[in-house]
Amino acid sequence: MQVTVKLFASFRTGRTPMATRDYPVGTKVADVVAEQQIPVAEIGIMLVNSRHVKLGRELNEGDVLAIFPLLGGG
Amino acid sequence: MNELAKYLTEISCDGLVSGLCQQQAAVRFDLTFAEVESAMLGLGLWPARYQRNRRTISTEGQLALLHSSVTVIGCGGLGGYIIEGLARLGVGRIIAVDPDVFEEHNLNRQVLSTMANLGLPKVTAAARRVSDINPAVSLVPVETAFSSGNAVELLEQATVAIDALDNLTARRQLAHACRELGIPLVHGAIAGWYGQVATQRRGEDISPHFMGQGDEPKGVELKLGNPAFTPAAVASLQLAEACKVILGQGETISGRMLVFNLLEMEFEAVCL
Repeated sequence: MQVTVKLFASFRTGRTPMATRDYPVGTKVADVVAEQQIPVAEIGIMLVNSRHVKLGRELNEGDVLAIFPLLGGG
Repeated sequence: MNELAKYLTEISCDGLVSGLCQQQAAVRFDLTFAEVESAMLGLGLWPARYQRNRRTISTEGQLALLHSSVTVIGCGGLGGYIIEGLARLGVGRIIAVDPDVFEEHNLNRQVLSTMANLGLPKVTAAARRVSDINPAVSLVPVETAFSSGNAVELLEQATVAIDALDNLTARRQLAHACRELGIPLVHGAIAGWYGQVATQRRGEDISPHFMGQGDEPKGVELKLGNPAFTPAAVASLQLAEACKVILGQGETISGRMLVFNLLEMEFEAVCL
């Protein structure tokens, strides 16, 4: 199945900012995060098709996954 | 027309009263500078310092700003610019909360930090700055860390609260306390080239935007640091949001969070 992964802010450094790739059926958000070598503790927002999701969310054909880093500085 | 109103009307010029005349009126009628300002705006007379506001903010709005109280939690990168802006806007009361003193590593971005005030409590520097800018504004310095334990005391009088904190643990506690107390909250956070702004109106919960995946106390600012321009950009957006909440004017970014990337100049509004 085809899933588009969009990375934001510092997650773009050393990674492809946006790419549509083939993933096996049953792939979860956590699998994409691991594949992209994104530390879970650095993740702020994860959206699938503009809705907030957790790591355990299973992806579907045509989904757009967006991952933003956690910002806390002031 | 009472004596004060008659005096203010006589000394005004084109609907404006200079700061010097406002001060003289305060002495003459044994009032505070802010009390004279309130009387002036009630008469439709503007302090000359706000004359460039008049096409943007109504007289009633300027009076609402004077009668409002804003609690700013954190007086560092974001809080410094926010306090500066609130004082120039004419917000009558600012409660500034921060336990820290200025250190050398603050000088790259924190507008209230100077070579001369290294070692000085940030809230003391904030009080001095506000006093230098606008005598109609009083700043209450609170040299302590925000926590769930002091939330009610710090927030209960606030028209709006502003999250200018530097850690996610306290940000979550602040958002929760504001929800419980029914106080609007304007959130802002930064890391490197990146920033975010959200406004929690009464009955809303913006915390999913910055909960992360666990209980992380810090975000990617630990790796990225913070340059001069990111806090200024986020603080300006937070000020505009707080101003609209007080004025009851325009639209806040309610139900969404503005996330932006100044390195590639991208702005996204993420829905809750």
